Amino acid sequence: MAEVHVHYDLNEKYTFTPELKKKLMIGMGVGLVLLILGVILAYAGIGFGHHEAHEAGKAAQEATKHAEGGHHGATPLTRLWANLWLNGVFFTYIAAMGVLFVAIQYVAYAGWSATIRRVAEAFGAFLPFTAPVLLITFFLGGHDLFHWTHHDLYEKGKATYDPIIAGKSGFFFFPLEAGSFPLFWLLRLVAFIGIWYVLYRVLIKNSVAEDYLTDKTDFSYHKRNITIGAIFVVFFGLSESVSAWDWVMSIDTHWYSTMFGWYVFASSWVSALAVLTLAVVFLKEKGYLKMVNENHLHDLGKFMFAFSIFWTYIWFAQYMLQAYSNIPEEIEYWVARHDGLEGVYSPMIVMNVIINFLFPFLFLMTRDAKRKEIFLKITAFGILMGHYLDFFVMVMPGTVKGNGGFFLMEIGTLMLFACAFVYVFATQLSKQGLIAKNHPMMEESLHHSI
Amino acid sequence: MAASKEPKKYLVGIYDHEDKVVEAVKKVQKDGVKVEEVYSPHPIHHIDTYIGHPRTRIPIAAFMFGATGTILAITMIVFMMKIDWPMIIGGKNPLYPPTMVPVTFEATVLICALGMVATFLITNNMGPGKVEFMFDRRTTDDKYALVVDLEKNTKSAEEISQILIKYGAETTPPPRIVEKS
Repeated sequence: MAEVHVHYDLNEKYTFTPELKKKLMIGMGVGLVLLILGVILAYAGIGFGHHEAHEAGKAAQEATKHAEGGHHGATPLTRLWANLWLNGVFFTYIAAMGVLFVAIQYVAYAGWSATIRRVAEAFGAFLPFTAPVLLITFFLGGHDLFHWTHHDLYEKGKATYDPIIAGKSGFFFFPLEAGSFPLFWLLRLVAFIGIWYVLYRVLIKNSVAEDYLTDKTDFSYHKRNITIGAIFVVFFGLSESVSAWDWVMSIDTHWYSTMFGWYVFASSWVSALAVLTLAVVFLKEKGYLKMVNENHLHDLGKFMFAFSIFWTYIWFAQYMLQAYSNIPEEIEYWVARHDGLEGVYSPMIVMNVIINFLFPFLFLMTRDAKRKEIFLKITAFGILMGHYLDFFVMVMPGTVKGNGGFFLMEIGTLMLFACAFVYVFATQLSKQGLIAKNHPMMEESLHHSI
Repeated sequence: MAASKEPKKYLVGIYDHEDKVVEAVKKVQKDGVKVEEVYSPHPIHHIDTYIGHPRTRIPIAAFMFGATGTILAITMIVFMMKIDWPMIIGGKNPLYPPTMVPVTFEATVLICALGMVATFLITNNMGPGKVEFMFDRRTTDDKYALVVDLEKNTKSAEEISQILIKYGAETTPPPRIVEKS
């Protein structure tokens, strides 16, 4: 309800201060140290597997469940690969979902988000950093992470021959021989992230070029981006689903869920919205984005609220049908996350629903909560942690089995990735104006009111 | 029908454009006229805050009805599946929590929606068989009516009429007094 037309500084630029750079560098350093420390300690038997019982503080209740039992040879190194893979996938999706947000704003002709578009645009810059992490992790630790990479599964007549996985081999190894080099799988990984990134660069290029227009009625860049956005939305909708099967579902090779693509989408989309909200709120606190008022925040809050419920719907639909029908090939996935594997993951799956559903549902329900920065900050942070946990529960049981847990290695990797993400994000943000000032619907965004 | 009450007098100014009526609401109040209500053929964004209406409490009603639905559903399921006729389906405990969720969800949404509609109809004196009093029939077509309760204003009808006209009310016919019992 801006009664008086306030003139905002649309030319403002974000400066990535040396202090923040230093802090993030320290954060990455600490993360790396914790990660290495975690690996060393894990080899020494601290914070890993059976030996957790000897450790005083952390996860005592978990440790009691660690009765002697046959783990499937998960070494501390497996846990390192799993952590790298988990964070790589999680942050790839967050980065890609930022691009999706921008693309959707274009395709939907959305005006409200014009002032925060640049913030979402900066997400995609992290894609070229996560893609190598995924590739390197796969080449170094693929055998530990992915059961389907073992070639003896595909040799007929051998005791290890697995007809179910052999039936799925084309999905991984096409056109090569089953059990050799997963060309099709790797090509998809490279192609998906590559195409997302290329489309992202085109979006950015047009978006920045729009800033230098002298003719304010020239919408050609915007129109071009609507086309690119439409292409991205369609391509991403298809490829994200397949990538979720590739990167996450294939860890539990026998298991399948037809909802998995949307499930991963819902989880990472709401995470990206949480990151976007956090970024906008922090930028506002630093004195940027003066034109973003509680109405824009309300929209972001509604997004988080709505997609938290969407995630719950997908998660629950997937869970209930499989838990109720109790088919062996489906239920093994959930057994591993409940009482199986000595129940390591059973508190996590309960926490998953509480943090990702009950917490945002009750916390963000009122209109006032969605309009206050402090509420949004708390919920966004909670949701982000909750969905990291969701990915954790997706990746860990299938890779490190009962040797999982949350200790130095997990904290270190998460810190490393989070600080790197913020670093790349802030660098990208400082490259051009913080506001897409020649956005055709800028006025609408400035007067946005709900 | 308690029709023995004295009819209340309202002054109705007619406007022919949304922008005019929104401007009038803001400016008329600055001149000290208390606006009762604005009638429009379509919803006008934020008109309630311009008039100074308190925020709707329907979300609170919605939450209450929703909570009622949740409790009702859980009570129903527990009664049916545990007390009255326990059934084991798919080898699961009769009160296997995930299976309670869909019914609970549906009952929550149903009671919430029906309750909200009922609350809305009752508070607005609407519903089947009720005929809404209209200050001006043209507000269902292409006119906007700004209604002023004369009892709540200290100014005379003439003065208010002048103010309404000053901010764009139609002069042919000028704002008129409508009685509502």
